[in-house]
Amino acid sequence: MKDIRILAIESSCDETAAAVVANGREALSNIINSQIDVHTLYGGVVPEIASRAHIQNINPVIRAALDGAHMTLDDIDAVAVTYGPGLVGSLLVGVAEAKALAWATGRPLIGVHHIEGHIAANYLAYKDLKPPFAALVVSGGHTHLVMVQDYDRFEIIGRTRDDAAGEAFDKVARAVGLGYPGGPKIDKEAKNGNPHAIEFPIAHIDGAPYDFSFSGIKSAVLNYLNEAKMKGETVNRADLVASFQQAIVTTLVSHSMQLVRERNLDKLVIAGGVSANSALRAAMKEACTAEGVAFYCPPLILCTDNAAMIGSAAYYEYCKGNFAGWDLNAVPNLKLGQRA
Amino acid sequence: MTVIETHSARETAEAGEAFGREAKPGDIYCLDGDLGVGKTVFTQGFARGLGITEPVNSPTFTILQIYEEGRLPLYHFDVYRLGDPSELEGIGYEEYFYGDGVCLVEWGSQVADLLPEGTRFVTIQKRLDKGFDYRKITVTDREDENTGD
Repeated sequence: MKDIRILAIESSCDETAAAVVANGREALSNIINSQIDVHTLYGGVVPEIASRAHIQNINPVIRAALDGAHMTLDDIDAVAVTYGPGLVGSLLVGVAEAKALAWATGRPLIGVHHIEGHIAANYLAYKDLKPPFAALVVSGGHTHLVMVQDYDRFEIIGRTRDDAAGEAFDKVARAVGLGYPGGPKIDKEAKNGNPHAIEFPIAHIDGAPYDFSFSGIKSAVLNYLNEAKMKGETVNRADLVASFQQAIVTTLVSHSMQLVRERNLDKLVIAGGVSANSALRAAMKEACTAEGVAFYCPPLILCTDNAAMIGSAAYYEYCKGNFAGWDLNAVPNLKLGQRA
Repeated sequence: MTVIETHSARETAEAGEAFGREAKPGDIYCLDGDLGVGKTVFTQGFARGLGITEPVNSPTFTILQIYEEGRLPLYHFDVYRLGDPSELEGIGYEEYFYGDGVCLVEWGSQVADLLPEGTRFVTIQKRLDKGFDYRKITVTDREDENTGD
């Protein structure tokens, strides 16, 4: 059978990314603007939030993705793009570009949900992984516990009520003076601290046992800092961030394992930028091992925002003939499982 | 100038809810205050006042979240991550600032020059001598009136 090669584009937030993926399982190339020196290569600019930066980066990044896969547009079977959720101006750049390429090459266009892409990153890392499984998607902008029934069927089991997990990391890192990006810095600093030094509250939402709330932990950390300041005490920063990280990790693990048990599942995957956190990986692995559940966790390059994951998710839409029309639009608050 | 004192996150949300109930098309609120002071909590209440039932998350990462299920569209901005006010142009902010919905702009004073006339300024402050949960919410019509305590 002929390989299906999909050119995928991702521009939902800060990263401009493009990739070529074969049969949903193999990334032939995976280019992220912050990863290559676009400026030197093609005369691009440094990453920034504005869609202007995406416009300047997108063509060089697509060219690099095709070059990396040793292909031209003629070798591509479909063009896929993230059309939500995300920042409207950023999404529009990718959507307009994908439409133009699909139109010009006469290939089908496929719209992909960003979080479905994060989940699909696991299909690239684990060639034999098949639904059903539980998925925890944790990043700077998202915290979702998802029941993945099939490649195109998702049920949201839990979500954050306020801050995303990655956002809580960033904000606490800012408060304790560790700077940006908060996730990796806290991960590193926490290795020198005692995770049980301070007990931070773990929020439970009445009537929604799978939902998350991280703003309470953030406030507790700020109160702890304020209290120490008022008393003139020095804060052990390593202990503080280790304890904070422990509270977040405990919540993420306990909710995920609760779902695995309730639905009698044998597989759990994690995805998104925060799944790079070493304490989360270790705790999740331990919990899964203890209960005989297979644990899947993609490598870092597939955890962060990237286009290979979009190309993987798009393949399963391709197989179902689920193509987007030329009226595909950016949907900033696109719901999981919703189809264009 | 209006000053509201609250003693819990719930009361801060209720204060926001009262503003949400009275919001009119084109209203813009500039929302300032330190990290963790309750800007998103205020907005969650505000959204409830507009009749929005879906969860309102912090928009720190996405800069803008749009909610359309309420009485009026709610455009919830967080401009903290913007390197420069001009980056708002990349988001097409005029469409929202000068539209028929309601805008709430967290860390809005960072883009003060872009805020239209008629913007209301909401500042939330802690007073640690009054307890960790005490908040003073000050609402004014001009930024320069808003000098805190």
